[in-house]
Amino acid sequence: MKRAFPILAILTVLLLSYGLHGALISAPTEQTMGDVQRIFYYHVPSAWTAFLLFFINFVASIQYLVRPNDRADRIAKWIAGVVSIGACIAAVVIRPIPYGMEPSAVATTGIAITGIYFVVRKYFSEQGTDVLALVAAEVGVVFCTVVLVTGPIWARPVWGIWWAPGDIRLTSTLVLWLIYVSYLILRRFSNSSQTAGLAAALAIFGALDVPLVYFSIWFFRTQHPQPVIGGGGSIDPRMLHWLLINWLAFLCFAALVCWSRYRLEILQRQVEEAQALEALLEPRS
Amino acid sequence: MNPYLCAAYVATWTIHITYLGILARRYARLRREIQELKKRD
Amino acid sequence: MSLPSGIIRATLAKDLRLEWRSKDAINSMLFFALLVVVIFSFSFDPLAEESRRIAGGLIWVAFLFAAVTALNQTWTRELRNQVLDAYRVSPAPANSLFLAKAFGNFIFVSVLEALMTPLFIIFYNLRSIGPVWELIPVAALGTWALVVNGTFFAAMSLHTRSREIMLPLLLFPISIPALLAMVNATTNILTGEDSARFWIVLLATYDVVFTIASLLLFELVLDAE
Repeated sequence: MKRAFPILAILTVLLLSYGLHGALISAPTEQTMGDVQRIFYYHVPSAWTAFLLFFINFVASIQYLVRPNDRADRIAKWIAGVVSIGACIAAVVIRPIPYGMEPSAVATTGIAITGIYFVVRKYFSEQGTDVLALVAAEVGVVFCTVVLVTGPIWARPVWGIWWAPGDIRLTSTLVLWLIYVSYLILRRFSNSSQTAGLAAALAIFGALDVPLVYFSIWFFRTQHPQPVIGGGGSIDPRMLHWLLINWLAFLCFAALVCWSRYRLEILQRQVEEAQALEALLEPRS
Repeated sequence: MNPYLCAAYVATWTIHITYLGILARRYARLRREIQELKKRD
Repeated sequence: MSLPSGIIRATLAKDLRLEWRSKDAINSMLFFALLVVVIFSFSFDPLAEESRRIAGGLIWVAFLFAAVTALNQTWTRELRNQVLDAYRVSPAPANSLFLAKAFGNFIFVSVLEALMTPLFIIFYNLRSIGPVWELIPVAALGTWALVVNGTFFAAMSLHTRSREIMLPLLLFPISIPALLAMVNATTNILTGEDSARFWIVLLATYDVVFTIASLLLFELVLDAE
């Protein structure tokens, strides 16, 4: 297991370099926006990685709350299983899928959700899920910060404005960032022995909030038409290729950082325990 | 190269490197604390 | 289900009685509410046409800050004399305590809003173009949205340092969709330009989702030390 870390590190560096070269040089230049559009090769993968990390935090938080209780654990497992079956059925049966989503993407997302749930369940102990939640939230905030910084840098030359309140993607990302920063602050400022449980509750509140945020901004946009930063529509396959390469590179990078942060947290908790024990055993002076 | 493009890429790596730096500093501090604990044992 | 509702009523009555007797919290909140309206009227110069457009946002931000002052002291009274520990040990379900607190806060904040609204009307020369009665569900649903999450997060912040700043830190991000709905619904009604119906439905959905979530998770927060 220990040897995997340097191998992953080398792979990450290679992928990041390859992706960087591709984004800046190999990828075709966009017609309307020009070179500035290349920001997209960093902005979009960072967003996808941040969302994935926040989702992992959500799964880990649920697991932390659910695992001690057998019945809740079983119900959660069933729901996780149903999600992928439901997604596959929906992908086949519902035509056309609303919001222009690809059926294969829907099925893959459903299976990925279930996969992530069961992988976390299998490989992380109860304390492990708490550490995983913290790590995923922290690294997620870092990637989310990248998204919020590169987004306006992209918007300014393209649309002439730094920020559009109705831009549903950037604004939703901002709210997500705020929720998770408040989550990290709660963790740091809590002096309860049940910090993990409180944080998990907050993570669930945050997750419930996300669709509401999305809908509220979506409706706001229909009443106040705004420029859309980032655009939609179909994408040149060569651009998609470099987008996916960079995403893979950032996923490996995120995995490296999360792994390091995880080990750091475990070590820190052990040290704190040892220090507390030492303080207890100290002879009274 | 477009200045905005440059700014975006530089900003991305600045953020990541800053975070890694914070982690490295915490590792160093932990290692010091472990040494102290070992000494007192 | 007579026992839980009896508990709710008893706890609520106790809180209201205590508040009425001491009046300290209500008086300071009232004065704060008045101050907020006055400061806003100095900061945002209200001319008749523009004022209808921005009043929705101003009013709800003012209500939000007033609500936070009310919510911050929700649980502090229980900390004195270890009342909270007594609740934990008693057989009463945690939900009843939560609902009693939430209803109490709802009443307090509604009183504040009822007092601030005429002040806003006066300072901003407000007159609604759209259907005024629609403002009532907006106010009720919006206030509940702030209060239900506020009561929950106020309980959470009991276990943190910097208790008073923790509540708004936790409450504001989560409340953003509700805030967007409240402000836009109010603006739409005042200017008469658009229907507030979608926003009211969104507020109702928000309220249902977070009331259920708070009821399910409150025991966890109450039992934490």
